[in-house]
Amino acid sequence: MADTVQKPGNAAPAKKAATGAFTPAGVSPSRRARHKYTVRLWAVRHSRFFEWFYHRFAQGFLLLHPVWKLLGYQRVERPITFVERHVKGFLFDCRMCGQCALSSTGMSCPMNCPKQLRNGPCGGVRANGNCEVEPDMPCVWVQAWKGSQNMAKGDAIMNVQKPVNQSLRETSSWLRVTAEAAAAREAAAAGKDA
Amino acid sequence: MAHIDENPLGPHLPLDPLPGHSSLGRLERVLRRGEFAVTTELNPPDSANPEDVYERAAIFDGWVDGINAVDASGANCHMSSVGICALLTRMGYAPIMQIACRDKNRIAIQGDVLGGAAMGVCNIMCLTGDGVQAGDQPGAKPVFDLDCMSLLETVRIMRDNSKFLSGRKLTTPPKVFLGAAINPFAPPYDFRPYRLAKKIEAGAQFVQSQYCFDVPMFREYMKKVRDLGLHEKCYILVGVGPMASAKTAKWIRSNVPGIHIPDSVIARLEGAQDQKKEGKQLCIDIINEVKEIEGVSGIHVMAYRQEEYVAEIVHDSGVLKGRQPWKREPNPVDQLVAERIERTRQGVEQNQQQMAETAAHHPH
Repeated sequence: MADTVQKPGNAAPAKKAATGAFTPAGVSPSRRARHKYTVRLWAVRHSRFFEWFYHRFAQGFLLLHPVWKLLGYQRVERPITFVERHVKGFLFDCRMCGQCALSSTGMSCPMNCPKQLRNGPCGGVRANGNCEVEPDMPCVWVQAWKGSQNMAKGDAIMNVQKPVNQSLRETSSWLRVTAEAAAAREAAAAGKDA
Repeated sequence: MAHIDENPLGPHLPLDPLPGHSSLGRLERVLRRGEFAVTTELNPPDSANPEDVYERAAIFDGWVDGINAVDASGANCHMSSVGICALLTRMGYAPIMQIACRDKNRIAIQGDVLGGAAMGVCNIMCLTGDGVQAGDQPGAKPVFDLDCMSLLETVRIMRDNSKFLSGRKLTTPPKVFLGAAINPFAPPYDFRPYRLAKKIEAGAQFVQSQYCFDVPMFREYMKKVRDLGLHEKCYILVGVGPMASAKTAKWIRSNVPGIHIPDSVIARLEGAQDQKKEGKQLCIDIINEVKEIEGVSGIHVMAYRQEEYVAEIVHDSGVLKGRQPWKREPNPVDQLVAERIERTRQGVEQNQQQMAETAAHHPH
């Protein structure tokens, strides 16, 4: 593909028009400018740091479990979601799917893939490693593979991810993970006592 | 003695299940026996005429083990894969039903899997699908509710656990042989073999590859696949096809996502007197090279708009080794349909008053 100019969106509209076929505007509906994903790419380059940080952060959140419980997970949901949306939105272009898979995808948010693939790159990745749908954007999964190579537990990229539960959109994944971890801890403790 | 792929009670009867087989189809039997399989792709018509489908399928008669019914490939609108499969199974062809995640959510997909299996579809191919921007209707809403991996897992759960994704029970699970697609020719190259491993873990039993024009690159990929032991868990069919001319090849590599064509191929086509003939010869040469690679179980011939060459390519490359694939696969409901058609043909008069009377007094 070296000698060809990357065409935006709709494949060869002129050729299609010449055949008399209906030709819509030659623009992909979702095109983002370079600056929109600069921070996201930076985060992927520093995936090792973010992995470490996230691990500590999750531990901290779990320590605060009594606080969340006292206030009520329901009640803190809104403010925490607000913070989560903006922090992760800035760092990873978070799409608030509510079931974060960052640690399994090399710190490259898979929901930024125009096909929202959560299990690896599609077959359409361009030879230069850019996206098929958005020719200017580096493929989310090429980035994810690079990011996972730097991570201590990068092998998590091999796990098959479940389909997204759309009913969890716009909810806090931090709180859910914490509540689940606390529940697992309590279940383990209860198992030990019995 | 009846043939190994025939019902011993008669060739018109559906095949009995074999131990360890997940479908009743012949494609699975051929692959599991270790024979070199050939599949191809039907160019879906832009019409509502069933004859168009039958004409296009008849070209492959006796040359292929399975026909892919594509699901709006390249995001271009055509007759649906479910519709094509309904027509093909009715006539005894063995389709491979493609399901793309682009146009349907998990509710529609699971319904189609059941419907397809009920029609007699024995092979289902799970794809992500091209982005809507690639096709003739880029204004469409891309669905991508599942991805190819979770789609594979969904169908596997339906088949093996007799359950929907929600956990609700199925009374009869779909008996299907599960396929997926691979593209060894797109970045990230190191990840591609692992992605195949993931697909196998999710349920893939056979895979068809994207067009292979770069044999050394494919060989490299297969080496890694063999190192991971994946060729023993899954049948790998290499995608091949003739290029009509150097111009077409150039157009394809710059406009169709995910197809890698090296410059040497273009140069070879450009240098030829008859480019179409050279394209066909190139395809045969590639087949002869890839069929020797360890771990390759078959080929998938994609001859878009050159379907008439499929037979020639298969014949000239000699991959079938004298075997002739079946022209007709019996359908479990053939008998029922035949009886009903027979009754219609006999022209038994239907007295509507009498029928209403019966219905009123004996509702069941």
